[in-house]
Amino acid sequence: MTEAPLIHLEAAALGYDGTPVISGIDLAVERGAVLALVGPNGSGKSTLVKAVLGLAEVVAGNLELFGQPAGEFGDRGRIGYVPQRGAIAGVVPSTVHEVVSAGRLARSRTLRPFRAADRAAITRALDHVGLTDLSRARVATLSGGQQRRVLIARALAAEPELLVLDEPLAGVDLSSQGQLADVLRVLAENGTTIVVVLHELGPLRPLVTRIARLRDGHLVYDGPVTADVLADLHEDELGHHDHHHDGPAPHRTSPGSSDLGLTG
Amino acid sequence: MELLQYDFMQRALLAALLVGLAAPLVGVFIVQRRLALIGDGMGHIALTGVAIGLLTGRSPVLVALAAAILGAVFVETVRMRGRASGDVALAIIFYGGIAGGVVLISKAPGGSAATLNAYLFGAITTTTAADLAVFAVLAAVILAVTIGLARQLFAVADDEDFARASGLPVARLNLVLAVLTAATVVMSMRIIGLLLISALMVIPVATAILVTRSFRATMAVAVAIGVSVSVLGVVASYSWDTPSGGTIVLLAIGLFALLAAGTAIPPALRRRRV
Repeated sequence: MTEAPLIHLEAAALGYDGTPVISGIDLAVERGAVLALVGPNGSGKSTLVKAVLGLAEVVAGNLELFGQPAGEFGDRGRIGYVPQRGAIAGVVPSTVHEVVSAGRLARSRTLRPFRAADRAAITRALDHVGLTDLSRARVATLSGGQQRRVLIARALAAEPELLVLDEPLAGVDLSSQGQLADVLRVLAENGTTIVVVLHELGPLRPLVTRIARLRDGHLVYDGPVTADVLADLHEDELGHHDHHHDGPAPHRTSPGSSDLGLTG
Repeated sequence: MELLQYDFMQRALLAALLVGLAAPLVGVFIVQRRLALIGDGMGHIALTGVAIGLLTGRSPVLVALAAAILGAVFVETVRMRGRASGDVALAIIFYGGIAGGVVLISKAPGGSAATLNAYLFGAITTTTAADLAVFAVLAAVILAVTIGLARQLFAVADDEDFARASGLPVARLNLVLAVLTAATVVMSMRIIGLLLISALMVIPVATAILVTRSFRATMAVAVAIGVSVSVLGVVASYSWDTPSGGTIVLLAIGLFALLAAGTAIPPALRRRRV
């Protein structure tokens, strides 16, 4: 029996307070994929991932998570979330360990103290992102790249099967971007399915097996990493309008363009 | 200790100990969520409860508790909806609360400016044995819930979206925190006063932040500061014949200023943070 996609959208309109931000979305994310969700600002990338996370509504159509309708999906620990967040330091100081531990709550019961398995998962998450030595450090004292790794570790503490990252490279220096790419590469090699919202692929390019490109609230491309789609992505970055892609164009899943051999 | 010979001082010191313990425990989550003045609004609402209690001959503490909890549910409901008009709704309910309290107390038997002052700014002679019993129960509930739900309350205060995406019952946890705030406000009405309670929820936390680097340590240090300034404030209030609420808050601010100045000393000369 074929496993249901981890994320399955059919003619979905997603948004807030009954108002769609994106519509007509058909997309399936299979286990093991590394999907880059790209598009210019305001194209609806964040709304799509927020719907997957239960933070935005399915206004019309269907969204299934792990084969279940999103409204009935309760096992939130299976989906890890790494938000786009410039600084994660709150008013009250917190340590790396405290923040990462919060991620384990998705797998533990209210009022029950963490068990050995919970503590081990938190330790593994810290180790995975290379922050074991800084676990007692105050989060506010860390660099932007280290703080981003704290957020990844927080998501990993729940041992998710699907990891959703919103702009993980934004505001992070090039060297830290490389470290983040290494962390995600190991996760992908270990079978974690990854959906990552990006402006440009950057150091994640070798990992990405598939691109979904949004524009003006519609999915305009869903397929492998090709030279054409990378060029489109570059145009998005420059803020140019590629007229032949405007509107709810059909998916260019077989564009006949050069496949860069990066697909999985 | 001469002051311990008096029953009212024993009760005042115990009430100070309880509110000094409870206020920073709740305050640390409120400060993290940047809702530092929410206790102030609940104090306004509680005043109407006090007045209704005085007018109807019921316990002002218990009626204020009911009013503050209802207010907490309302405030949290408005906050969760997140509409622009919510801000105005909160202002109306807060100022309506204090206006209703002032007017109704003036019509209550024995209602006077001195009575009003005692509720607003605290007085060491006013704590009854029955009040103390209520405060002890409220402190026990606050202690049990803030420690039992510490991880969940931290997760929501630190990143509400992440907590929701993790499947935590964010709305219920926010409601729990609002009700705990209401309970803390009510505990304050004898010693600190309804208009000054926010200070005891916020200043010990702000002071602890100066010397800590973890959330857990901040909680512990803030509670130690809260208990110390409350108990010392009651003693000072007795010695100097000053209103207890203002005295406690000034002590807390003094300690904050002292530590803020201390932490401005070059790091090499300072102890490591806990």
